[in-house]
Amino acid sequence: MSNIPLLKERESQIFRKGKEPFNMTCGKQSLAGSVSQRACVFCGSRVVLYPIADALHLIHGPIGCAAYTWDIRGALSSGPELHRMSFSTDLREKDVIFGGEKKLYHALIDLISQYAPKAAFVYSTCIVGIIGDDVGAVCKAVGEKTGIPVLPVHSEGFKGTKKDGYKAACNAMFSLIGKGDVSGISAKSINILGEFNIGGEAWMIKSYYQKMGIEVVSVMTGDGRVDDIRRSHGASLNVVQCSGSMTHLAEKMKEVFGIPYIRVSYFGLEDTSKALYDVAAYFADDPQIMESTKEIVRNEIQAVAAELQQIKKRVQGKRAAIYVGGAFKAFSLIKALRYLGIKVVLAGSQTGLQADYKILKEMCDEDTIILDDANSLELSKYVLEKKADLFIGGVKERPIAFKLGIGFCDHNHERKIPLAGYLGMLNFAREVYQTISSPVWQFTPKYLSSSRIGEGSMVVR
Amino acid sequence: MKSMIEQRSAKEYTATKNACKLCAPLGASLVFKGIEGAIPLLHGSQGCSTYIRRYLISHFKEPVDIACSNFAEETAIFGGGMNLKIALQNIHQQYDPSLVGIATTCLSETIGDDVPMFLREYAEQHRNEKTAPLVHVSTPSYQGTHMQGFHNAVLATVKSVTTTGNFSNIGHVNIFPGMVSPADLRYLKEILTDFQIPYMMLPDYSKTLDGSIWSEYQLIPEGGTTVEMIRCSGNAAGSLEFGRILSREKQSAGKWLREKFHVDCHHLGLPIGINETDRFFQVLEILSGRPTPDKYREERGRLIDSYVDGHKHMIAAKVALYGEEDLVVGMAAFFSEIGIQPVLCASGDHSGYLKEEIARLFPSDLDQSIRVMDNADFMDIESAVQDIKPDLIVGNSKGFAMARRLGIPMVRIGFPIHDRVDASRKLHLGYRGTQQLFDRIANKLIEYRQASSTVGYTYM
Repeated sequence: MSNIPLLKERESQIFRKGKEPFNMTCGKQSLAGSVSQRACVFCGSRVVLYPIADALHLIHGPIGCAAYTWDIRGALSSGPELHRMSFSTDLREKDVIFGGEKKLYHALIDLISQYAPKAAFVYSTCIVGIIGDDVGAVCKAVGEKTGIPVLPVHSEGFKGTKKDGYKAACNAMFSLIGKGDVSGISAKSINILGEFNIGGEAWMIKSYYQKMGIEVVSVMTGDGRVDDIRRSHGASLNVVQCSGSMTHLAEKMKEVFGIPYIRVSYFGLEDTSKALYDVAAYFADDPQIMESTKEIVRNEIQAVAAELQQIKKRVQGKRAAIYVGGAFKAFSLIKALRYLGIKVVLAGSQTGLQADYKILKEMCDEDTIILDDANSLELSKYVLEKKADLFIGGVKERPIAFKLGIGFCDHNHERKIPLAGYLGMLNFAREVYQTISSPVWQFTPKYLSSSRIGEGSMVVR
Repeated sequence: MKSMIEQRSAKEYTATKNACKLCAPLGASLVFKGIEGAIPLLHGSQGCSTYIRRYLISHFKEPVDIACSNFAEETAIFGGGMNLKIALQNIHQQYDPSLVGIATTCLSETIGDDVPMFLREYAEQHRNEKTAPLVHVSTPSYQGTHMQGFHNAVLATVKSVTTTGNFSNIGHVNIFPGMVSPADLRYLKEILTDFQIPYMMLPDYSKTLDGSIWSEYQLIPEGGTTVEMIRCSGNAAGSLEFGRILSREKQSAGKWLREKFHVDCHHLGLPIGINETDRFFQVLEILSGRPTPDKYREERGRLIDSYVDGHKHMIAAKVALYGEEDLVVGMAAFFSEIGIQPVLCASGDHSGYLKEEIARLFPSDLDQSIRVMDNADFMDIESAVQDIKPDLIVGNSKGFAMARRLGIPMVRIGFPIHDRVDASRKLHLGYRGTQQLFDRIANKLIEYRQASSTVGYTYM
């Protein structure tokens, strides 16, 4: 048992399965000074809209927010790559005093004439409202002048959590929907929501649906295109992955355009197959779709099963810690890891809801630690206590794993390898195996001692 | 509104496209990471600390804990005092720090938070508890770049921690190296140790951000300048401060210590190349009263020998150079010794001194064959590079996309290096660092010529 100190105020966001009652606090602003792994509202908006490749993304504020989000994600485009540019109004002191509207206006006009985007997203960062900029009015004026949709994204960092940023992004996107021509769209058609085409994942998933005989009207937002989004209300069904970010949009589309939605995940064989079957079942009036789906699932699983079994033999019995953005991904990861015979001993998310944590609790084994909005000390503490062999998370969690001497698998948007779908599961298994089985661990302590912490000599001074 | 905004020409208000700079709180965080047992605390939104952590982690490949006061909507309305105090309390509880470095952000600066007052109140409220020294630095991201944040944090730390008192006079020197790599910091310490000069180097993240594998858990990674040593900086025998640009700024830690404590300050350029490194070693000889140890004389000798051996590979090579102004000036000084033409010297900083400093190194070439750009972004740099068609690009990782598009070979230096594994171990300073730079640059030029030749020479 490690003696890394925890904060009392954080106790209600840490749960150990078996210790009833279960009453997980979540969805609240991170505790000041806790060193949360979360980012901010702006981050939430930026990640959702980022892959829209033919839109201009202009970040209104001082330089930091744009500099830190320049071309850092593995979201691929099959065509334009405007999303990989970082544009900022780069507000300076005089702008803070006199306002940034003029700068924003001219920056937009200049960028739109230079890059001819299909739409522009203007992200408000922390100080924009405080210095009194009316971003909505500037966007409207530029939209009228240029003839393209110029959409404000209300993503001031402090106005809520990352989840509010998702919502702001969904609201901005929603204002595009309903504007395009829907003629010619098949009755057997879907939108893929919450798939960001990391390493080409959306292309794989799209190809499954196409083989099933289903038209994909738009992917929001992987390899995204403004015109596709504009006509996405012509689809019959919304298929939502990464539900934490995109359910809001699906709800709005249901309400306004009457498009139903289902929640799916493409991580792991089980969930990928279930996603395809669920979509096929929705179009049950065409039995051919289900037939094709069965064949696709059979073929795809057959293509990867043998190697997965080989890997399973080598990794089974290992213990994993997972800490991800949305809880829905954690569900899939638990299943995918179980398939490989790996036990999850810690599961946490930045933005899970009460209902998500209930499901997580049901899924997890006894004594598993469940964390909401954790920090690096909590993650370290429980990784040590539970003697995990593997950590699955993002860039910020990587050094935690490595310093503690355990393997790591990046499952965040910065990665370059597709982990979704059947091939993605194979990639995932390979990566898990590669990191766990690396010979480098022979030189690191098996399980790091944290005993000195309890003796009050935490830092060698 | 519309008529008003249409008055100005669009040129005056273009966006920054792919910035060649970062924001001030990043520089400040880096400084605080170089103090033993210290935790940086950003007073602003949660994203500020998380983005900066991710950016630093991707470069240093080490844990980087940066706390935040996590503004909420009501914080921005009623002020951040309460949040800052909660953050300080939680940091003390979790980390038991030896110092907390509080850097403001654009948000807390814009709403006008009186951070010094909050800190006085906190100290008052906790006067019966063990409280770490609290250093406050003002780093709104709308002012300057990460470099300014860095230097301001060094100054703020020295100002706030240095005390007058009867310290045993150990004859130490203060060294303010600027934003250099952990390998550079280690090498500087080695040099000072070999000269038998006791030192206070601020910051020193050579271990905290380039540590070894742990055998036990470290709440705050070990290493860094001790608060105790910083406290004595007013008692030093002298200060060394690197950076030709910094030396021209009104304020710096070295200047403050000279004014306040009469500590003599030696302003030097970043010691890259023979000439700047010679100046550094001359100062060390004076301060220590010892000759340069043979080890360094030999390093210098080998470096000059390699200059001679390799000069034909370098001569007339055109290089596009970018990065922080002081790094650009330091590299340009080195290039001036080996016949490389830095045809483009660009920086996202904008001190106003860059052009003069480059002109000093290349008095006859400026404007004709050397283009100097400050306040530049990567689109400015790329269009200049496209125009100039240099043989080589030298700078941080963020120029890779440009180098790839234009098919120009690239040597990575400085910060950030997000696409290689050895960012922390890259050496730039002194005879040894220059040797590494010389070898890397010469080899890159040779490699490119070799690869683009149709003959396939194995003997160059």
